[in-house]
Amino acid sequence: MRATLGVFWDRLMEQRWLLPLLVAVGLALAFAIPQFRLVNNYVQLVMILAGINIILATSLNLVNGYMGEFSLAHAGFMAVGAYTSVLLTLHVFPVAAYPGLFHLSVLAGGLVSALLGLLVAIPSFKVRGDYLAIITLAFLMIVKSALENIDVIGGPRGISGIPRLTTLPLVFCWTVALVWLLRNFVYSSFGRGVLAIREDEIASELMSVDTKRVKVLAFMLSAFCAGIAGALFAHLLQFISPRVFDIVKTTEILIMVYLGGIASIGGSIIGATLYTILLEVLRPSTVAGLLSWLPAVVFDPLNEHFIRHLGVLRMIIMPLLLVLVMLYWPRGIMGMRDFRGFIPLRDRLAHRAATPRGPTRNGTADSH
Amino acid sequence: MTSASQAMPLPDTTVSLLEVSGLRVHYDGIQALHGVSFSVPRGQIVTLIGANGAGKTSILHAISGLTPYSGRVTFAGHDLHGVPAHRIVGLGIAQVPEGRGIFGNLTVRENLRLATWQRRDRQRIEEDFERVLVRFPRLRERLGQAAGTLSGGEQQMLAVGRALMSRASLLLLDEPSMGMSPILVQEIFAIIQEINREGTTVLLVEQNANMALRIASRAYVLETGRITLAGSGQTLLGDPRVKQAYLGAVLKHHSVPG
Repeated sequence: MRATLGVFWDRLMEQRWLLPLLVAVGLALAFAIPQFRLVNNYVQLVMILAGINIILATSLNLVNGYMGEFSLAHAGFMAVGAYTSVLLTLHVFPVAAYPGLFHLSVLAGGLVSALLGLLVAIPSFKVRGDYLAIITLAFLMIVKSALENIDVIGGPRGISGIPRLTTLPLVFCWTVALVWLLRNFVYSSFGRGVLAIREDEIASELMSVDTKRVKVLAFMLSAFCAGIAGALFAHLLQFISPRVFDIVKTTEILIMVYLGGIASIGGSIIGATLYTILLEVLRPSTVAGLLSWLPAVVFDPLNEHFIRHLGVLRMIIMPLLLVLVMLYWPRGIMGMRDFRGFIPLRDRLAHRAATPRGPTRNGTADSH
Repeated sequence: MTSASQAMPLPDTTVSLLEVSGLRVHYDGIQALHGVSFSVPRGQIVTLIGANGAGKTSILHAISGLTPYSGRVTFAGHDLHGVPAHRIVGLGIAQVPEGRGIFGNLTVRENLRLATWQRRDRQRIEEDFERVLVRFPRLRERLGQAAGTLSGGEQQMLAVGRALMSRASLLLLDEPSMGMSPILVQEIFAIIQEINREGTTVLLVEQNANMALRIASRAYVLETGRITLAGSGQTLLGDPRVKQAYLGAVLKHHSVPG
């Protein structure tokens, strides 16, 4: 029975129409859900957050998974994208032109963020590993304290009154577009270069890989995506402050990446979705609601103290999850593998002789 | 009827393909090479032998553009100073790095393809790919396998095969015998000779002086960043100093039990 199911699954995953079909259905749903109120606003919000988190996780995976560095700067890039787009929306673009020009301000958020990605890429020419991680951490702190000290943009108070322009169909389109972009990058010759750098940088240079160019492109693309995600996030939350984009945010993205598995697009999609849902399930009110069947004499989950403690507990459980995943499950759900649908056909065919069944390790051949 | 051949100067077969002169390399204030000069004639096998830390790898890294240096390195008339490593490959120098530098998590195919990262001539890439697989049939059987799962010998073949993908005219080998069983060492050295016979010039850096000197037409002994001896492979093989230091001739400190 299991074997039949497995064969069926493999056949299904190999169909070329599967991915376009899923995207088409998703797109239809993304438009239909807000139009016909198919789900309540809360569920819709969670779906939008999942989309934003997928962008964040797949793009961080490019640097931390495929390239094997450990960047902590992602929330910083998010902040740059968020502030850039919000300032454009509030102070530059006329209110009347909001929905149309909003795309432009999101794009601008991504582009400015990509420029700063270049700043992080340059030290990566010289240092690797722990030292680069520290540099990215410093970058994150510099971004945060810079934002805190510029009073024109609200300083530590942040910016409120941002119009809610981020919608489900918009996030869906950005998510699909950016995941597609990242996937194409990963399977291009540049992507092969990224993998080679992770394996052995000196050997990569000797094999004619222009490691500097590859690093710059990877960091900039990753930062670009984070900037877009930050812009979408800001116009969803309607309020941003430097504190929103601190190390906790980076930690969240790291959990998504390592839970889903390094060097895997599919893994990051799963990791981000799972994490978004998990975070909602662990919300104090949800947990209290789930426990409310207990007789109040024994234990009253609606007790205010308990709910407050749960909130604190969540901030402990999540980082703990990161530690546990990295210790006991370093490959995550799909580490170093990917959905067949994401692997280019030529690579899949080349690989079939070696792996008879199961999800395929990502990539097998350079671009021809 | 010698006038025709005299009109055009014959290509000098002894001309150097690689010429290194006054090569100096520093690492954080420590001098690793103190002005090393040597030359590699076209079509020959030249070996640099020396103990650990003598500066062998530094020389190769300087030639390949991985390490900044002072002095002159010319390859087929080009001054290589300031040329980045990933461009040197395109000029015709391929290096098999120390410890092989295999991309362990990538497949054998990906390893070979990465060697042509800069090239866009698909037709010739396919030809090179095929040529390497004909030379190393065992790699063909393992194309879809992660390179890290190959045996040590197969990994060394992959490393050499990967270097050959670039149609290099000069092959730099950094201790290909390291960590290999004696039979595999013989096999690797036979392959090096074969590659050389087919027209590739070889610069071989080795600790295994015995094997290296046997196949080399010219050899240099490197000690603490300086060349201390030079000559043909055969001459150095018979040199008492080389015998003592590198070929395991009877020495006082070798008689210590254990």
